[in-house]
Amino acid sequence: MRNYLLTPLLLISLGLAWQPFSLAADEAKGLQIAKERKSRDIGWGDSESQTTMVLRNAAGDESRREMRTAALEVQGDGDKGLTIFDEPRDVRGTAFLNHSHPTAEDDQWLYLPAVKRVKRIASRNKSGPFMGSEFAYEDLSSFEIEKYRFNYLQDEPCGDSNCFVLEQIPADEFSGYSKSIAWLSQQHYQPVKVEYYDRKNTLLKTLTLQDYRQYLDKYWRPHKLSMVNHQTGKSTDLLIHKIEFNTGRTAADFDTNALQRVR
Amino acid sequence: MDAYSYQPKLLAGLTKQVLEQHMRQRWLSWVLAHPWQVLLSTALLVILMSAGISKLAFRGDFRIFFSAENPQLQAFEQMQDEFNKTDNILIGVAPAEGTVFSADMLTLLKQLTDAAWQTPYSIRVDSVTNFQHTEADADDLLVEDLLLDVSQLNTDKIAKIERIALSEPALVNRLISTDGRVAAINITVQLPEQDKNKEVFDAYEYARQLTLQFKQQYPQTEFHLAGVIAMNHALAYEAEHDARTLIPFMFLAIVLMLALLLRSVSGAAATIVIIAITITSTLGLAGWAGIFLSTATVNVPTILMTLAVADCVHIIASMQFALSQGEQKSAAIQYSMQRNLVPVFITSSTTAIGFLTLNFSEVPILADLGNMSAVGVMLACLFSLVVLPALLQLLPLKAGKQQQQKDSLMDALAGFIIRRHNLLLPAMLILMLGFSALIPLNKINDEAVKYFAPETQFRQSMDFLDQHLSASASVDFALHSGESSGVNQPEFIAAVEQFSNWLKQQPDVIHVNTVSDTFKRLNQNMHGDDPAYYKLPAQQDEAAQYLLMYEMSLPYGLDLNNQLNLDKSATRITASLKNMGSKEITQFEQSALAYLANHYPQYQASAASTALMFGYIGERNMASMLKTLPLALVLISLLLIFSLRSWRMGLISLLPNIAPAAIGFGIWGWYSGEINLGLSVVASLSLGIIVDDTVHFLAKYQHARQEGRDAEAAVRYAFNSVGRALWITTAVLVIGFSVLMLSSFRLNSDMGLLTAIIILTALVIDFLFLPAFLLKFDTKDSKRHA
Repeated sequence: MRNYLLTPLLLISLGLAWQPFSLAADEAKGLQIAKERKSRDIGWGDSESQTTMVLRNAAGDESRREMRTAALEVQGDGDKGLTIFDEPRDVRGTAFLNHSHPTAEDDQWLYLPAVKRVKRIASRNKSGPFMGSEFAYEDLSSFEIEKYRFNYLQDEPCGDSNCFVLEQIPADEFSGYSKSIAWLSQQHYQPVKVEYYDRKNTLLKTLTLQDYRQYLDKYWRPHKLSMVNHQTGKSTDLLIHKIEFNTGRTAADFDTNALQRVR
Repeated sequence: MDAYSYQPKLLAGLTKQVLEQHMRQRWLSWVLAHPWQVLLSTALLVILMSAGISKLAFRGDFRIFFSAENPQLQAFEQMQDEFNKTDNILIGVAPAEGTVFSADMLTLLKQLTDAAWQTPYSIRVDSVTNFQHTEADADDLLVEDLLLDVSQLNTDKIAKIERIALSEPALVNRLISTDGRVAAINITVQLPEQDKNKEVFDAYEYARQLTLQFKQQYPQTEFHLAGVIAMNHALAYEAEHDARTLIPFMFLAIVLMLALLLRSVSGAAATIVIIAITITSTLGLAGWAGIFLSTATVNVPTILMTLAVADCVHIIASMQFALSQGEQKSAAIQYSMQRNLVPVFITSSTTAIGFLTLNFSEVPILADLGNMSAVGVMLACLFSLVVLPALLQLLPLKAGKQQQQKDSLMDALAGFIIRRHNLLLPAMLILMLGFSALIPLNKINDEAVKYFAPETQFRQSMDFLDQHLSASASVDFALHSGESSGVNQPEFIAAVEQFSNWLKQQPDVIHVNTVSDTFKRLNQNMHGDDPAYYKLPAQQDEAAQYLLMYEMSLPYGLDLNNQLNLDKSATRITASLKNMGSKEITQFEQSALAYLANHYPQYQASAASTALMFGYIGERNMASMLKTLPLALVLISLLLIFSLRSWRMGLISLLPNIAPAAIGFGIWGWYSGEINLGLSVVASLSLGIIVDDTVHFLAKYQHARQEGRDAEAAVRYAFNSVGRALWITTAVLVIGFSVLMLSSFRLNSDMGLLTAIIILTALVIDFLFLPAFLLKFDTKDSKRHA
């Protein structure tokens, strides 16, 4: 009789004893997967794309925005991005320049054609919505290892292939999230789904990334990103129409002087 | 003579149609011969019905007052769909002395604001400290929490925060009082609405725990919880509180009354069994029917106890009378049932009809109250007629001690009325007309906050915050430009600004939250904070780009979605109001919409808010209840005519049936003058109950007349035979409804009080006016209306 009682107890205590080690192993594996993700996406240089943003509220009403974006890879720092708005008409020509940094606050400038001025935005807005959408800045900024602490959870089948499921805990106290859970395709190490948990640790949003295509025989890019806010019922789709690489853009195209020249 | 029953012969007409005398006899004999079978099968039925209780739950949600078709609810839901939800918890913070602009208090506010983000289901938190202050700094636009880091706090910083906060139109009177002594943190929540009760409880409880924690740290500071979630919580809380306190209290009152009236342990025990199975079966059926417990339906047990006890007391008292005459128990029960079957059935039916008219109420929970009570009353009738005799058959019983052949008091009263009827009749008429003339003093008023008694915590918090900020009433206006990005058009923003200014000029408006203020602030920021530019941008693209810039600078949860819709074609302007009555708030809404229609007919406008919903519901409900009142009156009168088998008596009964409610509402006009939802149903509800007195009295009177006595002798006979029973039932009913007055929810306490007044008035009229009226006008030969 005593054995029946003892064995499970022993197993439980063994399990408890092992847990810290297994957690450490998870963190190591998480970091390793994240590093692999980053390393597979190095060297793309620069790109340009056209994007339609479709905003929907809980009642199903829709609103569309059009924009062009250019991106420049920066080795050793965060990437640089330039977004030019085409629609709605009253913000046409407004250009948003972003220099992202792995740990420090991003530098952001906005060119307002109505007053022909460049304004720097000094704010802690990374958790805030991008153009009133369900995407926060931090959802759209470049992936950097330093931004998170990783934790490998498990493998899970996702669509046609298998995924690594990774917990990502933001390092920045101004992040809007307590954590996010990413499903990385084992095929290309890019996320196919991300769940975002708000600061009170309840599920806030789910992002699904679809229609991955490969560029330059190496780099995978999604062409449809759908973000659904579970708390408000609102959602935003980002539809990327075309992506071009090696467009010849240089760092000079991503500074504040260039901002005034964009059309 | 038995103190309380119709003469069976008198009602033979109805009786013959409903149940053959012979059948009734056989059925009664069977019940008395097989009491155990009756009890067991009833027990089975009761258990089946009562099982539904497990499905009952308290629901705290102000929407329970509104049907899905309610136009104000629809407007409200539509606005919530287009803009963000406005369900909120408002935490008021008041330091013992001085303003909140001290390092200590600002630290508290900042910590409380940060902690408030952890509130379950919260999507947004607004306070003075996280207000997104904008400032120009050369070519930078600085957008930052007004207080980002408490370690920055020094005299200069505090002074700056105070200066900005007290001059910011978006904050003053909403999140900070003009004198700076009271601040508020507004938590916007979006409930998933899976299990709304639990969600409301979780959110509220979190905020409450938060204030308790901070209270420990800052014992000198006062904290208050208000807002829609607090109200929803209070609705459920007070309903549960009523269930916990009123029902046991009522039970105690019933036991006392039974002891006094029956002086028989067995009789009291049997009555309690009937009451208990009536209540559990009714609640169980409600559960099966998907009805929930609310501040209204929680009254059902109390009301049923009152009504069921009356049935039982009559039956047991008659039986005790027969026992005292030396009858055997079975014979005594038979005697009692013979006399009471029809009266109990008729009085239960009229009461049920009265309750069923509540179905015409605009308020779903009042309809629930009506249906549950109607079903319960008929169940009580059934149980009293079937289970009670079986129980009495099994229980040891002795003759009651209190039965008397004649009641000297009643005889004296009859004598007095016969002597003075020439004086009494005009005096009573004048009194009736006089009190009825006070009815116009009543005004319909429904303010959700005022439903709660001043002692309740919710009301105290609301009252406190209303004194310093604007917490209880607001009206949201949506203005549609008609095209995408239309809110950036200079002429549209100008319209918004003009309308906002008009709102601010209204004497009852305390605060206006409007996007035009944001545009002006941004324009100033974009021009190096030059106050000369505190005006609307001149061009659409300018306005659009400033707004875009501002929107792109805001952190999580603090966006403009609560003021602008998805495609920026419309904006929501919120006017916070002084505590005002429902008439005033609907007038305010209408004049605001009229202003917009006159000045800006090109823009579509709508208004919505919880206060508006309550503002309109009183009128709508009263209108529908007044329409059904004649219907109830006609139905009940027909039933009386039928049971008394006399058009004449039926018509005579009209006056004493209508007058009590008229007088009651007159008294109410003089006493309070405020008619809320609870009171709007009292007229039809009480009608079903008070007709019983009239019908009993008239039945006895008519019987005596038919036997050939004159009016005087018939009045005396009526008093002697039913007078005592009438005042006893009235006492039971008045006590029962008075118990509702102990509720801290005014809909219930007012309803209890006015119903008690009306029932008491009905007795006075039946004793003093009806006999005088009969003595004066019913002087013809009795044969003519036999």
